[in-house]
Amino acid sequence: MASSRLSLLLAILRRPWFWAFAASTIAFFATLTLSEGRGGGELLSAALTFASFSAIVGIGQMFVITLGPGNVDLSIPATMTLAGTLSLKFMDGQTALILPGLGNALAVGIAAGAFNYLLIRLLRIPPIIATLSASFLYQSLAIWWNRGLRIKPPEALADFATGSTGGIPNLTIIGILIAVVSWVLLERSIFGRWVSAFGQNTRAARLSGVPVEAVRAATYISSAVLASLTGYLLASFSGGAALNMGTEYLLISIAVVVIGGSSIAGGNSNVPGIWGGALLMFLVVSMLNSYGFGAGVRLIMTGAIIIAIVAAASGKGRSV
Amino acid sequence: MQLATGAGGPESDVPLVALSGACVHFGAVRALDGVSLTISPGECVGLIGHNGAGKSTAVNVINGGLTPTSGSVQYTLADGTVGTGAAFARACGIRSVFQELSLCPNLTVMENLRVPHRDLTGFGWRKTAAGRISRALDEIFPDHRIEPGMTVGDLTLAERQMVEIAAGFAEGATPARLVILDEPTSSLDAAIARQLLQHVRRFCANGGAVIFISHMLGEVFEVATRIDVMKDGKIIASKPASDFTPQSLINAMGHVAKEKAEAGSAVESGQRIGGEVLRTTEGLTARKGEIVGLAGLAGHGQAEALARFFMSRSGGLRQVKEPEVAFVAGDRGRDGVMPLWSILRNLTLTHLPSLVRHGLVVSAAERKLGADWKERIGIRTDNLENLILSLSGGNQQKVLFARALASTAPIVVMDDPMRGVDVGTKQEAYEMIRWEAGRGRTFLWYSTETDEVCQCDRVFVFRNGRISAELTGSDINEENILAASFEMQGDGA
Repeated sequence: MASSRLSLLLAILRRPWFWAFAASTIAFFATLTLSEGRGGGELLSAALTFASFSAIVGIGQMFVITLGPGNVDLSIPATMTLAGTLSLKFMDGQTALILPGLGNALAVGIAAGAFNYLLIRLLRIPPIIATLSASFLYQSLAIWWNRGLRIKPPEALADFATGSTGGIPNLTIIGILIAVVSWVLLERSIFGRWVSAFGQNTRAARLSGVPVEAVRAATYISSAVLASLTGYLLASFSGGAALNMGTEYLLISIAVVVIGGSSIAGGNSNVPGIWGGALLMFLVVSMLNSYGFGAGVRLIMTGAIIIAIVAAASGKGRSV
Repeated sequence: MQLATGAGGPESDVPLVALSGACVHFGAVRALDGVSLTISPGECVGLIGHNGAGKSTAVNVINGGLTPTSGSVQYTLADGTVGTGAAFARACGIRSVFQELSLCPNLTVMENLRVPHRDLTGFGWRKTAAGRISRALDEIFPDHRIEPGMTVGDLTLAERQMVEIAAGFAEGATPARLVILDEPTSSLDAAIARQLLQHVRRFCANGGAVIFISHMLGEVFEVATRIDVMKDGKIIASKPASDFTPQSLINAMGHVAKEKAEAGSAVESGQRIGGEVLRTTEGLTARKGEIVGLAGLAGHGQAEALARFFMSRSGGLRQVKEPEVAFVAGDRGRDGVMPLWSILRNLTLTHLPSLVRHGLVVSAAERKLGADWKERIGIRTDNLENLILSLSGGNQQKVLFARALASTAPIVVMDDPMRGVDVGTKQEAYEMIRWEAGRGRTFLWYSTETDEVCQCDRVFVFRNGRISAELTGSDINEENILAASFEMQGDGA
């Protein structure tokens, strides 16, 4: 009995996502100690809300990173901005257009993902360069379309984005639903199997009959779609789209994948870790904030903490 | 490469390496189970046994890469000092040439020499390295066309193997005294393999020692002074080579050699073979149920022709559920194995789309497929959930065979699939190929080994990227194949 409990504990310790959640918990309680236990509910609710944005873009980035070395989607921020600005302008504050507006945002994502993929496929540009240069196009498009207007989201949509159901923020529910679907997709579906094969050895995958090009296209498109959904939700949540709304999500989307214990070398990823990493990214910053550190120290500490987490996780029998 | 110890003198009785009761356990697996052996200067020891018999583990113990769980390994240096451990193994002049090619493909030939030769440091080391490797290549493989500045990734498999062998024999800080060759000829064609065997004999005559591991018994008989047979982690026979016959050797390994069913095959194949199913731009053709061989010297365009054909018939979404072709890789690391996955996942990859419901893999069906093929093809593992890399090379190859044969593809493309596979497994694989062909599957089979090519119904011989001859029936024999491989004039290409 005792030994089976011990082995269960060891099995959890060996999970690559364990460290992200452990560190998040520590950061959460370290913040609470300062306020002597007050405001725990608010902190948790804020963490869950903001982590949802990071988690959704992070999941898209995770699928791309799983494809192996060189595969990363740098167009996530610009896609978020473009989808946010376009859909808000389209809805123009009218409640009836909420769902068509969502469709509008998702269409932007599909188009951006397909464009990224075509650059990589047809022009044989390395993904990093292709998505980076495409992101300038998307960003310019957003500026051109937007012309400095600040349009408010429909009130019902804003209420939904800032509201909660049964004590859980609505955005968190969406984020968790997406995570569960992605988890099943990665672990149980044929698509997940193919993505992993692609990331381990693309040539061998191709020779084993894996439709590698279809897999790559689907992966880049889903990353862009998740980014555009995040853009739509973030714009609704914060009362309007802004041209710099995606900026911080470039690093965050990559950081949550790495902190979550997915292999940067590709082929081996996990979804729970994305949520762990997303919570950690928020909680570390709010912990350092509440301890009164300045912006410079905060950035240094954030970097150091990320390095420590990744080192701890990779030390536990996880290769690569 | 002259040595202080004169061959035949009293000192030559002092062994270079002495193992006594060496055991290596990986968890419950006894990879090496009490091996005692000595290797003296001037000896060439042929080490044979099936896949997973413990040969590679024995090699890793001898070269100091693995410390035995129990028992001891002792090295005697050229000056007579005795010691143990990896540092002594290096000082003793023990070099290994591995079966799994271990060169870095992104580096040049001379830069790769830097990995084993740690004395190559400081200003101008590349020049020293280039000198060492080209002298060794010139000595072992005259007429090779390898420049020290070439990137390894651009070399053919055979050339990479030649580089690796040359690095094993090249001069260095410590001269090579014992060179371990693990399946050195598996990607070499007959002519190059011959050059290597001659070099091994020269090296041993000058007082060097060689451990020669090969599944090609003919080669072992040609060079070995002593043959040690391994089975289940033990040495079960150790005698001078002249005391063995090929048959007694195979019996000692524990596989009963099967008589070649040459006479029956013509009749049988007449009934089996149907209409034409493929024709490529090179002129490669095959009919339903036919086993078509691609022969010729290594690196003359056979692998490229196969790859082009495979790529043209696969990769689309329509071909996922009903593949037209399946592929068996010979270069496992580059073309076959998914290193992070279990044996099961590696095995089912090609057929998996047929085991899917609503986009999700039906794991019971996947496990059943794996269990069936483990049984049919004899993969040596107690659990298919183990990592693929826990298997020996030959067993990994079986998994790749199973991956292709488990699919419904009517055409199977095989790119030198028997590299590093033991005699018994080869016989089983031949049998399975014939059986599958009997059920109407077509095989395109590139092989560097002539006796494998001779199992085919039709053979295309390649030279310089083109087909130089098409042989059928009784014309398929070593002479004709060699003639077509080397033909220099007369066909007005």
